[in-house]
Amino acid sequence: MGKKIIQLINEFGIPRIIIVSFLITLLIMAFILNIPILELISASLVRLGMHGTLVLAMVPAITSGIGLNFGLPLGIICGLVGVLISIEYNLRGFTALFIAIITTIPIAAIVGYGYGLLLNKVKGSEMTVGTYVGFSAVSIGCIGWLILPFKSPEAVWPIGGGLRVTISLANRLDKVLNNFLSIEIGNLTIPTGSLMFLILLAIIIWLFSRSKAGIAMKTVGDNPRFAVASGLNVNAYRVIGTILSTVLGAIGIIVYAQSFGFLQLYTAPMFMGFTSVAAILIGGATVKKASIIHVFIGTFLFQSILVVALPVANKIMVTGDLAEISRITISNGIILYALTQIKERA
Amino acid sequence: MIEQEYILQMKNIKKKFSENTVLKNINIAIKPGEIHALLGENGAGKSTLLNILFGMSVIHATGGYKGKIFIDGKERQIKSPMEAIALGIGMVHQEFMLIPGFSITENIKLNREITKNNVISKVLGEGLKSLDFDIMNKQARKGLDTLGMNIEEWTKIAGLPVGYMQFVEIAREIDKKNVKLLVFDEPTAVLSENEADNLLTTMKKIADSGIAILFVTHRLEEVIKVSDNISILRDGELVGTKKKANTNITELAEMMVGRKITRLHKKEKVVKDRVILSIKNLEVMMPGEAVIGVNLDIRESEIFGIGGLGGQGKLGIANGVMGLYPGKGEIYLRGKRIPLNNPREVLKNKISFLSEDRRGIGLLLDTSLELNIAITAMQIQGKFLKKFGPFSQIDNKEIRNNCLRLIKELDIRCESPLQITRRLSGGNQQKACIARALTLNPDLLFISEPTRGIDVGAKKLVLETLVKLNKESEMTIVMTSSELAELRSVCDRIAIVHKGKIMGILKPEDSDVDYALMMSGEHPNALREKV
Repeated sequence: MGKKIIQLINEFGIPRIIIVSFLITLLIMAFILNIPILELISASLVRLGMHGTLVLAMVPAITSGIGLNFGLPLGIICGLVGVLISIEYNLRGFTALFIAIITTIPIAAIVGYGYGLLLNKVKGSEMTVGTYVGFSAVSIGCIGWLILPFKSPEAVWPIGGGLRVTISLANRLDKVLNNFLSIEIGNLTIPTGSLMFLILLAIIIWLFSRSKAGIAMKTVGDNPRFAVASGLNVNAYRVIGTILSTVLGAIGIIVYAQSFGFLQLYTAPMFMGFTSVAAILIGGATVKKASIIHVFIGTFLFQSILVVALPVANKIMVTGDLAEISRITISNGIILYALTQIKERA
Repeated sequence: MIEQEYILQMKNIKKKFSENTVLKNINIAIKPGEIHALLGENGAGKSTLLNILFGMSVIHATGGYKGKIFIDGKERQIKSPMEAIALGIGMVHQEFMLIPGFSITENIKLNREITKNNVISKVLGEGLKSLDFDIMNKQARKGLDTLGMNIEEWTKIAGLPVGYMQFVEIAREIDKKNVKLLVFDEPTAVLSENEADNLLTTMKKIADSGIAILFVTHRLEEVIKVSDNISILRDGELVGTKKKANTNITELAEMMVGRKITRLHKKEKVVKDRVILSIKNLEVMMPGEAVIGVNLDIRESEIFGIGGLGGQGKLGIANGVMGLYPGKGEIYLRGKRIPLNNPREVLKNKISFLSEDRRGIGLLLDTSLELNIAITAMQIQGKFLKKFGPFSQIDNKEIRNNCLRLIKELDIRCESPLQITRRLSGGNQQKACIARALTLNPDLLFISEPTRGIDVGAKKLVLETLVKLNKESEMTIVMTSSELAELRSVCDRIAIVHKGKIMGILKPEDSDVDYALMMSGEHPNALREKV
């Protein structure tokens, strides 16, 4: 009996147990402190749709064997370019969204291809290299935002040159997905459009994982030597995984921006990779294994904590930034935990 | 006491790894100044015996050993390598335990440095004493001189030829004041012939100074050259101890490999004369198993064996043909040239391979049995897929049916087709690998070390499966194995590999002596085909 319980706990994962109990504690406190729970749930759902795609981007990276994609900012920057293009052509609503996505896909694919080639040269330290690729990409992006020839007055500084730090998307992309078919039940709002979009992407990834190429990619990630002996081109499938991850990161930031209502340039993407990494790990993924279920569970748990922690913290402590502190603690803590769990291949 | 005259006595040593007895009643006694050879094939139990002598943790972690060890006539329980060293047992390692960035002196004196006081150490304690390089160099010099090495003692290890490194190791051991017994574990494995000769001379010199030597090897020639007494191990048993004067290479060879051979199938089948696979000048860069120029013709529907001692290159042949390690040369399948270094092309031409590294290369350990079996055929031949234009989806029903059929055919014991292969037993994992190869419908199957790590009962089942496949579907099988008995029980012809080349091809019923001499590269007919 005792053994079984220990086994169950191990399967569920100690960090997940801690996170879930933390969330439950927060919810109980929210209830005691009279914070409207339904609003919190609405906010959690919004956050799920908002971050889900960025987290989904981790799945092809992990399955193809490059591990957690700390280089996600690379894809994010491509996505930002896509949105800027749609602003430049003065597009609005769904047209703007789709044009942004369609223009960003080839850009992200090319960038992802190059990134994939790089990762093939540094096998075994993809995550460390990826982290610094992400940081460098953000810095290079900063130069880009200053010199890229965008002209739209909404995007550039009125005086001097270069793009603004934050660009408002009101009347353009703002909440086009969130508001699409959204359902309101009393205080509870369900952002149907953005959730459906996330599910759609998840289904595409799921179908891919069951295709010939998807199985090959999983094999390469699981055991490269087996893959070679089965006649598979390990490097090629790793590149495919990296491209998929980068493209999803690009689409992810577009979804994020439409939900947020603003486009954040310059150093904003710096740590977005970490948030996504933390979310999928909380969902139960490891450096070697990840599934779509992990994306949903992880994003929901992680974002819910942030949503609930903020009002609770504000009631308890008027000053301070407890929600932000808990976000950083949880995200870095879970990444640290996951990295300590990496075992050498037997 | 009469026992006093021996430096080392091992009495009735027994060792079991779980249910598997690896050493039975081993008795060995060595006098001072004696060179005692311990002879045996790979897996005969030599390393286990050494591990016991050195008190290695693997022995104690697996339940210890039975029997007694006497050193200088006193019974000792050696519980760690430190204790062994304290008792005066030194070891010259097979792979060099040297620090490349340190000088020869520093390596010899490592952790036994001679120190002198300085100002700081007087205040802050022992740990900060400075090294007395003058004395250390002198002592190192003395060791090197004993070995006849005229290299400067301050030279860095990095960049030295391997032969020199071996000598530095020896110098380090004899520099230890109390050393009484030196163990050489296959010391000549990495040396050139010249260097090996030097080493043997040096061993004699050391022995003359009164240190006893235990010389572990499988090279008959060297044994005859230097040793005084020879103990032969086979399958964990001490076959005998011989004085050198009373024996010769042939007798030793017979004692080393001799086994009763039972053929698993009668010679009723006709091996066709047609060549299915022709290998020409194959060179394979496989670390530790390098192949340098192999020519072979494999005939249609035979079981062809490749044998030889470890590290001679027998494993490299199959790995090279499959393209898993970079190779040069030409291979022809029924006269058609097949590119090397391209596993995909080889697989497409209906050649399959079961690797010796079953858990590393042969299986996806955390993937279901059914997918393991289907995966290669899916990727190479496009089986088990439903097509939707350019898109495809896996066909779970087909995968399941194929798996169920093979579970029945090969008698794979598993809970369900969905069980992950990590949870299968060794024998069933091997069957899963065979099932995966069969799904590819190969004409030619390479299988390396088919029974390694499998318990005795399952070994026979795996071999019988191979014979059955060969008979019923006329599949040509090339089997590489370190276990000669196994090759001789199933193969039609057996090639023996030595130093990366084919020494010769033997019939399974050829004598043990032929095999032993062929394996140590000393056969008079070596390099000439016998069949």
